[in-house]
Amino acid sequence: MNIIVCIKQVPDTNDIKIDPAAKRLVREGVKTMINPFDMYAIEEALRLKEKLGGKVIAMTMGPAQAESALREAISLGCDEAILLSDLAFAGSDALATSYALSQAIRKIGQFDMIFAGKQSLDGDTAQVGPGIAAILDIPQIINVRKIQEIKEGQIIAERMTEYGYEVLQAPLPCLMTVVKDINMPRLPSLKGKMKAKSTQVTVWKAADIGAEEARIGSKGSGTDVWKIVIPPARPQGKIFEGEGAVDQLVDTLKGLIK
Amino acid sequence: MIDYLLTEEQIMVRDMARQITDEKIRPVSAEYDRSEKFPWDIMKDIAKSDLFGVYIEEKYGGMGGGILELCLVTEEFSKGCAGIAICYSASALGTYPIILAGNDQQKQKYLPAIAKGEKLAAFGLTEPAAGSDASALQTTAVKNGDHYVLNGLKHFITNGGDADIYTVVAMTDKSRGARGASIFVVEKGTPGFTFGKKEDKMGIRASSTSELIFNDCKVPVENLIGREGMGFINAMRTFDMSRPGIGAQAVGIAQGALDEALKYAKQRKQFDKPISSFQGIQWMLADMATETEAARALVYASAREVAAGVKDVGVHSAMAKMYASDVAMKVTTNAVQICGGYGYMKEYPVEKYMRDAKITQIYEGTNQIQRNIIGMGLIRESSK
Repeated sequence: MNIIVCIKQVPDTNDIKIDPAAKRLVREGVKTMINPFDMYAIEEALRLKEKLGGKVIAMTMGPAQAESALREAISLGCDEAILLSDLAFAGSDALATSYALSQAIRKIGQFDMIFAGKQSLDGDTAQVGPGIAAILDIPQIINVRKIQEIKEGQIIAERMTEYGYEVLQAPLPCLMTVVKDINMPRLPSLKGKMKAKSTQVTVWKAADIGAEEARIGSKGSGTDVWKIVIPPARPQGKIFEGEGAVDQLVDTLKGLIK
Repeated sequence: MIDYLLTEEQIMVRDMARQITDEKIRPVSAEYDRSEKFPWDIMKDIAKSDLFGVYIEEKYGGMGGGILELCLVTEEFSKGCAGIAICYSASALGTYPIILAGNDQQKQKYLPAIAKGEKLAAFGLTEPAAGSDASALQTTAVKNGDHYVLNGLKHFITNGGDADIYTVVAMTDKSRGARGASIFVVEKGTPGFTFGKKEDKMGIRASSTSELIFNDCKVPVENLIGREGMGFINAMRTFDMSRPGIGAQAVGIAQGALDEALKYAKQRKQFDKPISSFQGIQWMLADMATETEAARALVYASAREVAAGVKDVGVHSAMAKMYASDVAMKVTTNAVQICGGYGYMKEYPVEKYMRDAKITQIYEGTNQIQRNIIGMGLIRESSK
């Protein structure tokens, strides 16, 4: 089974800064990590490989420093790593990113599964995974909390919804985005880290994946960032205590509904 | 922390141990301290990380490092929980007789499983009547054809009952005293080998400390490590190797307690100021930090000397163990003092560091025995 995992390097959640002029997150000089949801995607891919054989290719698009996220993926047990890095990709939104990753996946050619986290911690769009499936015209199951089984070229999985979960079946190849309920990601191993040090990360530029210039970077983006703001801190909740607390709560709720 | 000029691999080893400590050990250390259950789930996490093999040769499935790597891991784990750390490092103690004096066949048989963390090891020397005077052993091994028959009782054995591989010191010739001792590998499940009482301890409660009972236990001759009569010497060589590890455990405990005390001193306000703004507290913290760093420097230097194969490392490894453990006791006591009433309560982590620190002054040779080793070494050296 050949599995591709699409990951993203994001700023460490404890270390987020915004550049208001450029309307984007400051990515230079801040501590980074693999997007936490992608850790579950890597883990699920590794578990499938351990069960069914094959290999796992980790892929990301980003600046040269994103290579460290790929090395971390190798240290966890991924077999190969591909970095899409080119100035031409700069400014890509979810649409342009989905296209670039799809082009790279076409170049890889043979694959049975694509995994991604349900969304990134920084962009938060939850669109790149589904976007890749749409462009490649393959089935997708998003927000997967459990893979029930894989047999005879079909996969059955449970997908989280707001009111419960659905069981869906899809033919392979298929793209899945995963939620954190799906597994408990492993820690890297020493042998994995040694391997990560010596593994060659493949770097592809826009030309290497035959990307059309008009579909990548700012030009290929369907959205424009108009304004970027830090959301106000959530106001503190109110605690009702002692006798009459229930009545007070009911009155307050009634007041809110009006 | 001083830059100890660790290699890239050593930093990798240390950082991985730190990650396991932060993500896996710290969240559960108080619970294991209460329940006194053996931390198998953590042992499995450590096994997956390959850290059980850091000090074992590559050809036997290890990472090819040595004592310093073992110390780095033990120190990190001890910052989170010295009880869990000792489960790890006591396995190394039980393994060292095989590494130092075992033949290739024995190494092939036992080391790969230990390096992978599939099996834990334990060292069986101490007996009720043979503590500091290790030559007063009562356990006997009598040769009978293709096997030895072991009889006797070991106690206070770390990992006892939970380890699979035991390196046990027994007398093959009582008339020769210390020169009549030999070391055997005894596997869990061997008929005649059972476990007795599990101790209820003051500290390092996540680790198991149990009796080993040998009752006409037949051990094949190929399980004899080294030659007959070399047991005592090989046990002492084992301790020369393992003492920096106890020092590292002590440094980890001291650092863990210092970190907590510093954090508390910055948060705790009295007289409208954080108590860290008072010179009395600053001086305490300064002494704690300096002594912890001095202990670390001594431990690493001694570990490097051992790893380099320097002859006669006994005095320096005794200094490292003795000094670091005395520092750990002092630093943890002062950490409790800085945290005041909160420090004394089990709800907060510092009192555990203080309870855990005490054992480092006692086991693998009490600090009085360490001073004997150092004193005798000084006199011997000066008479040359």
